[in-house]
Amino acid sequence: MTVTAGAAPARNAGRGKATRTTLGRALNEGLRQAMRDDDRVVLLGEDIASLGGVFRVTDGLAAEFGDRVVDTPLAESGIIGTAIGLALRGYRPVCEIQFDGFVYPAFDQIVSQLAKMRARSRGLLSLPVTIRIPVGGGIGAVEHHSESNEAYFCHTAGLRVVACSHPQDAHDMLRAAIACDDPVIFYEPKRRYWDKAEVDLGRPVDSDTLERAHVLREGTDVTVVAYGPTVALALNAAEVAASEGRSLEVLDLRSLSPLDTTELCRSAAKTGRVVVVHEAPVNVGLGAEIAATVMRHCFYDLRAPVERVGGYNIPYPPARAEDDYLPDLDRVLDAVDRVSAP
Amino acid sequence: MSSGTDDVLQLVDLSGNLNEQRAAGLLDVTGQLVRGLYRDMVLGRRFDQEAYSLQRQGELGLWLMSLGQEAAQVGSIRALRADDRVFPSYREHVAALCRGVSPTELLSQWRGTSHGAWDPERYHFHIYSLVLATQTLHAVGYAMGVRYDRSDSVVFACFGDGASSQGDANEALNWAAVTSAPIVFFCQNNGWAISTPASKQYARPLRARAQGFGLDAVSVDGNDVLAVYAATRSMAERIRAGGAPGFIEAHTYRMSGHSTSDDPKRYRDNDELARWQANDPVERVRLLLKARDWADEDYFATVAADAEELAERTRQECRALPEPSLSDTFRTTLHEETVALRREREGYETFKESFL
Ligand SMILES: Cc1ncc(C[n+]2csc(CCOP(=O)(O)OP(=O)(O)O)c2C)c(N)n1
Repeated sequence: MTVTAGAAPARNAGRGKATRTTLGRALNEGLRQAMRDDDRVVLLGEDIASLGGVFRVTDGLAAEFGDRVVDTPLAESGIIGTAIGLALRGYRPVCEIQFDGFVYPAFDQIVSQLAKMRARSRGLLSLPVTIRIPVGGGIGAVEHHSESNEAYFCHTAGLRVVACSHPQDAHDMLRAAIACDDPVIFYEPKRRYWDKAEVDLGRPVDSDTLERAHVLREGTDVTVVAYGPTVALALNAAEVAASEGRSLEVLDLRSLSPLDTTELCRSAAKTGRVVVVHEAPVNVGLGAEIAATVMRHCFYDLRAPVERVGGYNIPYPPARAEDDYLPDLDRVLDAVDRVSAP
Repeated sequence: MSSGTDDVLQLVDLSGNLNEQRAAGLLDVTGQLVRGLYRDMVLGRRFDQEAYSLQRQGELGLWLMSLGQEAAQVGSIRALRADDRVFPSYREHVAALCRGVSPTELLSQWRGTSHGAWDPERYHFHIYSLVLATQTLHAVGYAMGVRYDRSDSVVFACFGDGASSQGDANEALNWAAVTSAPIVFFCQNNGWAISTPASKQYARPLRARAQGFGLDAVSVDGNDVLAVYAATRSMAERIRAGGAPGFIEAHTYRMSGHSTSDDPKRYRDNDELARWQANDPVERVRLLLKARDWADEDYFATVAADAEELAERTRQECRALPEPSLSDTFRTTLHEETVALRREREGYETFKESFL
């Protein structure tokens, strides 16, 4: 099966009317449908009403839903803290954090309050809060606008952390996140907002969509594990490798916490060689967890150590140096070479 | 209500004299009202004392005492409607008892059998927040929901003078003001944040800060249960009728240490404590009841006996609190237990059972 960057997995296609649209627009439609279906869904964020958000993901929603789209004060802790209160009152808030690097002022509300209140209350309280975060680099942005901070949240029990990589998943996973009774950190790969693909907007949301990894391209030699912004890169690498006679399998993790270890280990055991590609620094990044998981479960199937390709252990560099920092085709193929050595 | 920036509303003085003139128009002070408030305060104090003893005997890991803050807590909670949602901090034991939270539900967290044992829906009283001021934002969000629901209930957010320095408290005040949320912020200024005096928390009165944010703010004598009651009730009614959010600063004092791990002698002098002991909130109400002949010896004896009974019940039920199970924490971490969590739980359970 060959799937180009930005396309949905073939097994999901063709169930309803498909339209060609961008990832950003697919998210917008996901929000609109969620708000139409359930009037307890409310949106909170900076500049999300009349402007439609800095990436326009909430475009037009204030016109349709009025005060259910809230332009909040400029206060991230406040956005998450009040979302918790709204959820306690029975609402389903969807928060927008303007950029990845601005979620830190809300860190305490997320990891100490949002993540833990359900267990603290012995299961009496549920907090169905979705936190949308545009993530990652590659758009030439200034500092604090290109971070990958998923490891912080994956390390926190009580949160689900997911990353979409193409328009169909953007739409489906966002609807699933809003329908989920647990808090969900929802990563949107900002350099993919404008990627277009056929999207079926009427598709029912599978209940396990937030727990499942997808094989986007089958292969036999090496498994490339990616998520969010690096999925398109992995697919591209597979395409190039194929022209050199190598068969790469591309696994889109989708759910970063919990990990779909079943699918991960199935693929790792099949190919015996694994390369993990993410934008975040490799040091104590999600790749380390993936490598440890594969090592633990597939030790006797592995034919090479798991390789990781990601950011260096330095702050995200100035934009004109980001191409050297971000994983690219050469670095992915180089890692594929390393794990392929006999 | 009183006015002027330095005014602190007081209705009953230290000798138990009721200022009729001030009270008129604010509330109808009846013997029945005052007897009820007195009883709540005495029971709350006895409970706190019992919990303190339980900690000293190793039954609780920690206890944060509320001695001295009974008037602030009883006066405010009793002035609210049962469906007004309270977001406490972690020292609101007397307030919690007034809401019907049971002694063991209150002790569970400090004994280490849960992180929050009561159902907030049942009592309209949220579980405690240990990270300072976080609950002020939850309260504002909840109040936004109250507004969406077109309900006329009011949200009541408690915090301390130390917590007022947190970003969250200030975000909450500002957020409430710009959204006109139906909320009352209730700051119990008990003089100290562990060992740091209130004077190191702020350079201008908290009431002025709240006013700067656009809230309707008042100061009350937090050791005068009737003043707290009157201020809370009139503020809640004003908000119910659509008025701006409010802020009440209750000047009070914790006569004990911050917690059972604390040595207050290291940071405060005996004169200060003696001054506040002479300003005991419970004693003031007792004097008022006597002066007005609103209560006889039988009444006082009955309240004292009820307090002893509460203490006895607290002691027995504390020891009987069931031990928590780690499996429950696995099960309540997420709404739907994920495959990964279930596997980890089953691994834990199998390992544990292998020792049986
Ligand atoms: C964010 C945060 N920092 C530090 C602490 C540790 N701490 C617990 S209580 C306390 C003092 C709080 O004082 P105040 O808000 O005046 O309330 P009080 O305890 O006097 O009722 C401190 C520093 C905490 N719980 N949360």
